[in-house]
This record gives sequence, C-alpha cells and structure tokens, in this order.
Amino acid sequence: MRRQKEPLFQMSRREELPFLKAVFIRAVAVVLSLLVCALFIFLLTGLNPAEVYATMIDGAVGTSRRSWILVRDAMVLLCVSLALAPAFRMRFWNIGAEGQILVGGVATAACMIILGDALPAPALMLVIIVTSVLAGAIWGLIPALFKARWNTNETLFTLMLNYVAIQIVSYCVVFWENPAGSNSVGVINPSTNAGWLPSLFGAQYGWNVVIVLVLTAVMYLYMNHSKQGYEVAVVGESENTARYAGISVSRVIIRTMAISGGIAGLAGFILVSGSGHTISTTIADGRGYTAIVVAWLARFNPVYMILISFFLTFMERGAIQIATAYNLSEYASDMVTGIILFFILGSEFFINYQLRLRKKEAA
Amino acid sequence: MAQAAQPAIELKNLTKRFGKVVANDHISLTVNRGEVLALLGENGSGKTTLMNMLSGIYFPDEGHIFVGGNEVTIRSPKDAFALGIGMIHQHFKLVDVLTAVENIILGLDEGAVPDLKEAARKIQALADRYGFEVDPFQKIYRMSVSQKQTVEILKVLYRGADILILDEPTAVLTPQETDKLFQVLRNMRADGKAIIIITHKLNEVLEISDRVAILRKGEHIATVETAQATESSLTEMMVGKKVSLNIDRPDPVNPTPRLVVEGLSCVDAQGVRTLEDVSFTAMAGEILGVAGVAGSGQRELLESIAGLYPIASGRITYLVPNGGERELAGMHPREIRALGISLSFVPEDRLGMGLVGSMGMTGNMMLKNYRAGRLPLLDRKPPRALAEQVKEQLEVVTPGINYPVRRLSGGNVQKVLVGREIAAEPNLFMAAYAVRGLDINTSMTIYRLLNEQKQRGAAVIYVGEDLDVLLELCDRILVLCAGQVSGIVDARRATKEEVGLLMTKTRKVGEGK
Repeated sequence: MRRQKEPLFQMSRREELPFLKAVFIRAVAVVLSLLVCALFIFLLTGLNPAEVYATMIDGAVGTSRRSWILVRDAMVLLCVSLALAPAFRMRFWNIGAEGQILVGGVATAACMIILGDALPAPALMLVIIVTSVLAGAIWGLIPALFKARWNTNETLFTLMLNYVAIQIVSYCVVFWENPAGSNSVGVINPSTNAGWLPSLFGAQYGWNVVIVLVLTAVMYLYMNHSKQGYEVAVVGESENTARYAGISVSRVIIRTMAISGGIAGLAGFILVSGSGHTISTTIADGRGYTAIVVAWLARFNPVYMILISFFLTFMERGAIQIATAYNLSEYASDMVTGIILFFILGSEFFINYQLRLRKKEAA
Repeated sequence: MAQAAQPAIELKNLTKRFGKVVANDHISLTVNRGEVLALLGENGSGKTTLMNMLSGIYFPDEGHIFVGGNEVTIRSPKDAFALGIGMIHQHFKLVDVLTAVENIILGLDEGAVPDLKEAARKIQALADRYGFEVDPFQKIYRMSVSQKQTVEILKVLYRGADILILDEPTAVLTPQETDKLFQVLRNMRADGKAIIIITHKLNEVLEISDRVAILRKGEHIATVETAQATESSLTEMMVGKKVSLNIDRPDPVNPTPRLVVEGLSCVDAQGVRTLEDVSFTAMAGEILGVAGVAGSGQRELLESIAGLYPIASGRITYLVPNGGERELAGMHPREIRALGISLSFVPEDRLGMGLVGSMGMTGNMMLKNYRAGRLPLLDRKPPRALAEQVKEQLEVVTPGINYPVRRLSGGNVQKVLVGREIAAEPNLFMAAYAVRGLDINTSMTIYRLLNEQKQRGAAVIYVGEDLDVLLELCDRILVLCAGQVSGIVDARRATKEEVGLLMTKTRKVGEGK
C-alpha cells in the first residue's frame, strides 16, 4: 500500500496569544495588504504606488478641512457601531441600522422644518435629539417585539424595515421638496440655522465629537460593567441560561433593541443636524452595514471601535481622493478597501490558529 | 480467541500537543482482530484525542499508525473510512428528517438516484448478522436514542469498517439497551472485528472487554487483561492512587417535609403530556433519587419545580423551615428567590442552562445574584472571592478564574456549577445527571457534596441514570415512567430489578409518600 504524505499544512487552535504578538500579526496583515494593493495599482494603472499612497494620505488628512471631514465621518460610523454592539452581543442580528439611521434623520429634519421657528434654540435642540432617538428606538423596537412575542427572524425583519424607512424618507422628500421640482429637500433653515448643531470652540464638528466620544465611554461602561450589560451577554450566550438566572428574555431583547435603535437614530440626528443639514434617502450611505464590520472587528469593544472607525473612514476618504486625482473609477477605492479588509479579516485566522508546515521527510 | 492474535491496528509513540498541553504523550497500543479493548481514563486524560487521531480529525505531531501491518497516514475522516476505521461518536451525527437508510448511504457515491431498496436489503443483512433490530425506512426523529445509535453503528459497518471505535456508547442507554448493545458487540467480536470502547463505567469495562488500556494525563499507564483486573485495581491505575469506591449513605438527619408536590401535570409545546399527576414529598435531610428511562419526565419535573417549565395543573408547596408554606407553582425563578427560598438547581445541560460558557468563573458565580446592590453597575468583588473559594475547595483546574468555562473539561465545568449552587446554602437542592460524563474521581466528589447538603439539612432531589449509584446513595427513590410516578421505594431495601421493572411499567401504586 502506497503511503500517503503527511498533509502540507496542519492547523491547530492556539491558546491565548500574547497581546503584542496579536498586534504584530495584524500589523503584518496591514503591511501585506498595502503591498498587494501597490502591486494591483501598478499592474492596472502603471502609476507609482508610493505616490498613490501619498495622495491617499493627502486626501484623508492633507488639509485641516479634510481632517475634520475624516473626524466627522469616523464619528458617525463609530456612533452606528456603538448602536449595533449591544444587539450583536445579544446575538440579535440587527442589520437594520441603515433604516434606524434614516428614521432618526427624518425625525430630525421634521423637527427642524416644523419647529424651526417656533422654539428657542436650546429647547429645539433637546426636542430634536429626543425625537430622533425615539424614532430610531421605535424602529428597533418593532422587530424586537415581534421576536419576543412570536420569535420571528430578526435578520429578515430588520433588513426589510430598511426599505420601509427608505420609502418613508422618499415620501418626506417629496413632501418637503425645496425648491420645487428639485426632487431634494435642500439645506434646511439656511438663513436661521435653526436646529443646526452649533460649533464648539470654533470647531464646526466639535459637538459631534463630544457627543459620540461620551457615548463611547457610556457604552463601554454599559456593556462591560452594568447589570443590564451582563443580562445582554447572558441572553446572547443562551436564552435557557438567562431564564435559569431569572432574567426575562423578552424584556432584555426589547430593551436592548430600543437602545440599539435609539443610538442609530442619534447617528441620524448627527448626520442631519450635525453635518448635512438636509435629508435624503442616501444620508446613511451604507454606514448601517459598514458598522457591522466595525463592531465585529472590534469584538464589540467600544475602544477598538474608535480605531477601526477611523481606519475605515481614512481609507474611504483617501480612496475618493485617488479616484479624482488620477481619474480612476470610484470602484478603484472600493478595491483598495476590499483588499485591506480581506487581509485584516484573514489575519484573525492566524491569531486563532497556528499552522505548521510539513516536516522534511527523510527519503 | 484461540487463534494467534492478529493486530488490526497498532499505534506507536503517538504524540499530540495543543500549545503547551501534551494531550497524548508517546502512546503505543495494539488492538487485535476479534478483540474488545476498553480505553479507560479520567476526564482530560487524552482518550478522545487519541481516538480523534485514528478517525482523522486530528493529525498526530509524532508517531506512527499501522493498520493490518502497513504504516498509514490518516489525514481526514475519509482516509480513516478507507482504512476501515469507523467511529461512533457520543453525540449522534444524523439527519433527523431522513430515514435510516438515507442516513446510512449519505455521503457515499451512490450515483444520482441511489437504490434505496438494495441499500436497505444490505443493511438488513448486516443487522441480522450482528443481531441489531432496525427498520431501514424509519425516520430518525421517530427513533429512540438506542435506535439512533444502532443507525450510527450500521453506518460505519455499511462502509466496511472492521475497526470500530465507540465513544461512551452506554451513557445514554438503559440497562436493558446496554445489554443488547453488548450482545451486538460480542457478535462483532466473534466476526473478527476490532473494537475500541471508551467508557467510564467500570462494571461495563469488566463485562465486555478483553483487555483494558489505561491513560492518565496523556500517558499510557498500562494495558491489562480484563480477566485479571478488578474495579479497584483499574481505578487505582486510572487515578494514580487508591480511591474508595464506596458511596457513603449517612442516616437522614431529622427528616421533615420540605417540598410537597401534588397532582403535578405538564404539557409541552406540542401538546404532549410530559408529566401526569405526579405527587411526592421531598424531605429535608434526605436524598430523594429520581430514576427512569431517559425522557420519562425527569427534566420537566425538576424544571417545573425551579419555575422554568410551564405547569398545566397541580401544586408545588414549599414548607419553610421555621413554619409556613409557599406555593411555587407557576412562579418564575426570580419570584421564587424573592420569596426568600434558597433553591439550588444543577440542570442537565450545564453550559446550555446552568452556566454562561463564554464567561469565566467570576461571571458565572454572579449569574443568580448579579442584581445585588443598588447601583446599576455590577459589583464583581463578591463573585470573584467566591470563584477563588470554589476553585480552591473543589480543586477546579483552570488557567484562571476569568478563563471561559466553556473551555474547561467536563468535570471542571460541573465543579463550577455545583460549587456555585452549593455556595447559596440551599434548603432545596436539585441535581440532574450530575455525574454524566465525569470520571470516577470527580463523581465521588459530587456524591460527597450531595451528602454534605443532606447533612446540612437540605432536601436533595437527585436525578440519576446509574441504578447502582441511586441505590447506594439515596434514601428513597422515585421512579418515573412516561411522565407518571410508577413507584417510590426505600433505597435501602429495594433491588435493582425492582426499580428496573418500575421504570418500564406505567401506573402502579407505590409504597406511599
């Protein structure tokens, strides 16, 4: 009988990897991905990869304005990721953040348009925040109630609600159209700036940063050190264990989804009141989905989410810049981001498993 | 076996490491044709790792495997099958909605339209040859546990296996089913198959095997002829020191009624009656055993008392030690706790109900009282202290109290769970299959802890599957059969046959409450 060879690779699960080594593996992944991107860029366009990278950095942080846009976008992405973290920790697959952002945004726009002249600025701001959070919370509550009561599939439910939210926004856009025939709402309250998030210490997006970072700290505490956060983790692990511990599973699902949707609604508020000052079906711009990547890569740790949000936004901003600078298609940027994500996700495998090559066999 | 031993499979210096842990350290073993080899060892001694290397799930770091005298390399379960090695896992790997024959030919290259009739004929022939009872066209979900196991065994035989590995095959069987399985194994042995059986039950080892190989902490201690072994000699080799195999049974301490169950009936989600008119009294200071064929309502009984299973009718009355009564029927676990009743429950599904697998010991210690304190934040100090205490007192082997309990071995998982439940100083202590899958040493520890609770004055309800243990440990035994109480017997006087008979007999008036 012919003897087969030992397999070329053997993989086995690692025990805990030292922190520094894990960081090292990830760093190697990023470097490798940049090299592969460089190769792609060179082969496809003939451009000098070093120059292209320099342009990317320039596009992301080249000027103070660009840096602020980077910060603004990273903050929104972080906010949405914070929204998703508790739901995912509970193993409630909320892929409806996109819709929850939209209803939060539409609620903000509605308040700005309807109450813009009726209330003093601080009161108006309070009303806007509360309404947008409530709107997002309701959008998160609907699938949670159905899940708790009839055990419906939350993945489909939250996804479908995204389309409902898009339709609501389309309707409102027609309703609030300005100027007529433009098929857009245009900047809301351009002269009075009513309902606009004011600047802080001269920084236009100062409040955005403050709100999201405070929220990050709060969510960190909530997820890791609060009784409710503990309940979320137990329910996510096993509903039977939760019942055994005396936790009301449906109550935790409903409460957590209200929080998740509410924070996503707040992200909608930041997008409308804190940066765009308008409403359209595209304001969420896929962040509800990108945030899923952020939350998982960070293993639901809010501190890591900050880093990853910045990284992804940086890549996106830089990629847009190379697209315009070298007259490449926007998809070039998507490719670069895709390659980098592929490597980062792939590196997780090497963090969890070790490979051993076949030993040289004696002839 | 009169003819000279023909080695079916030989292992030489097999070694497998996981990180720093050496799961198998240069293990050499031989299994002959027409022989049953029992593989014995405590939890975590490396039995499963060794068998996984034979069945192609793991690849050895070092060492050689010979099948029929030729050195082989087993890289995948497919290679193992090609060499005639078939493993019957503890957890069945069958598709519920398919029939036996469909499951058996699944994955074989039978062409686009498999000839089920022909396959069924072959299966029937195999079954007749070895003494199985099987209906090839029965769907898996309609089968009992023992029938499913039959399908698993036929699956590997159908693929031509002549080296069979059985991982704790009797853990889920009744004594009668075990006898049947052993008869089948004997028939296969007579047919020249090589059989490796993993089991914790020493009486079964002595009954079925020809030789016993003992592993301890990844090392092969010895292989002995079964005829020359005794339960205590095997235990000593397995544990590394003398262990008393006698289970204590102290006299009941001042037995007073603690829990009175009257006419308890339950219906499951499909509308099937799971418990019918169950009545009994659990006494403080004694251990009430619950016996029955698997699935006779044991789980439902304990869970309905703990407030985790809906009750259709009946009363569950808790008698407070210093007077007074509390009605528990229909209450949630939290409401029960709010009444000041210290009820501890070690459920059958340890990681799926009793513990949070992803959390460490600390996180699990506070599972039932994480709400302590008025702040909305968790206070981890008391649970951390408790975790340290449990780790020390019960000798839990873990890299640290924050190491996920899911990754601990079965015995240590159970120690964490039992440790927490005992720490609550319960007045009523319920445990289901508390020693399932545990080695003899850990099992003895659990029995000792149950006795401690009894002597503390707790009412202990213990659901077990090993009748010998129930008869040695308990004061009284309640026998369930198809959701009904078929009898309550005095464990000091009852015989195994008596209890076994009650397990399969519906409705017989017991000796009273």
